Amino acid sequence: MWIIKSEEETNERFGKRPEDRTIEEHIQNSVIIVDKHSGPTSHQITDWIKKIFQVKKAGHSGTLEKIEEIRP
Amino acid sequence: MTGVLPIALENATKAMPVLMGLDKEYVGVMHLHKDVTENVLEETVGKFIGKIVQVPPVKSAVARRPREREIKFFDILEFEEKDVLFKVGCEAGTYIRKLCDQIGRSLGSGAHMSELRRTRVGDFTEDQSHSLMKIKDAYEFWREGDEKLLREILIPVEFAIPNVKKVFVKDSAISSITNGSPVYPNGITRIQKDIERGETVAVYSLKEELVALGIAKMASEEILKRKKGVSIRTDRVFMERGIYPNNK
Repeated sequence: MWIIKSEEETNERFGKRPEDRTIEEHIQNSVIIVDKHSGPTSHQITDWIKKIFQVKKAGHSGTLEKIEEIRP
Repeated sequence: MTGVLPIALENATKAMPVLMGLDKEYVGVMHLHKDVTENVLEETVGKFIGKIVQVPPVKSAVARRPREREIKFFDILEFEEKDVLFKVGCEAGTYIRKLCDQIGRSLGSGAHMSELRRTRVGDFTEDQSHSLMKIKDAYEFWREGDEKLLREILIPVEFAIPNVKKVFVKDSAISSITNGSPVYPNGITRIQKDIERGETVAVYSLKEELVALGIAKMASEEILKRKKGVSIRTDRVFMERGIYPNNK
């Protein structure tokens, strides 16, 4: 599955493994899996997530839901 | 629609194009407009497994051109009178309501989708999804000093894009990539097999931090053999500048 080109080590002084991030850093670099209930659109759910986390940007992975939700 | 909805925050929104390309699974109800036998239903549904052609609905955000999508499976879970409870696995961008219309037309008597729940996006299943209420609570707990729940909910973007092949680069190559420079063969330590030219790839540090998304300009085998030339054109940079030193 992998092709090794050279064996290298990483210097622990620089960077940070994803699991070592602080919550603040996670909020800047993460994906949340929401269990969407019926009623609000995906867009509205995304807006609520933005408010909860007090972030400027949030995006959901579909433009299709909006169309589907217009119908009963 | 209800169910699994991945939402990317801040810097992770740069991964939206690849997050949108993840395969999906849904459970839904298709209501048939006339009675049919189970045999006829199964035979008809069977015709829609594999590549199908769909024209996006009128109210869609994309161009209304016929396009091909793959249906991986379409299982009938329950069939009672005119209601069909189904589970479908499909490629990103498949319109399930449309699919039900198509099946209905093929049956000759019509059908429509009456309920839909997304049960999987990429590797994310319902088990890993959280209600808005729980997410809000987790945020409040963190504010009050307990981060355990919120840490479980936040999935690093690195772990959210299994559909993109990976390339690992040396510490010394990172600084220039964060400045938008391409990735050269000598900066790469290991690559996933079967990367094709033109494919979107994820560039990782050896600490498994996502450095950037890029477009492969060489296939995997070529990257292994070549010493010079552009291997990957950097497209979207995730890592801030100045995290790794500039050794040049």
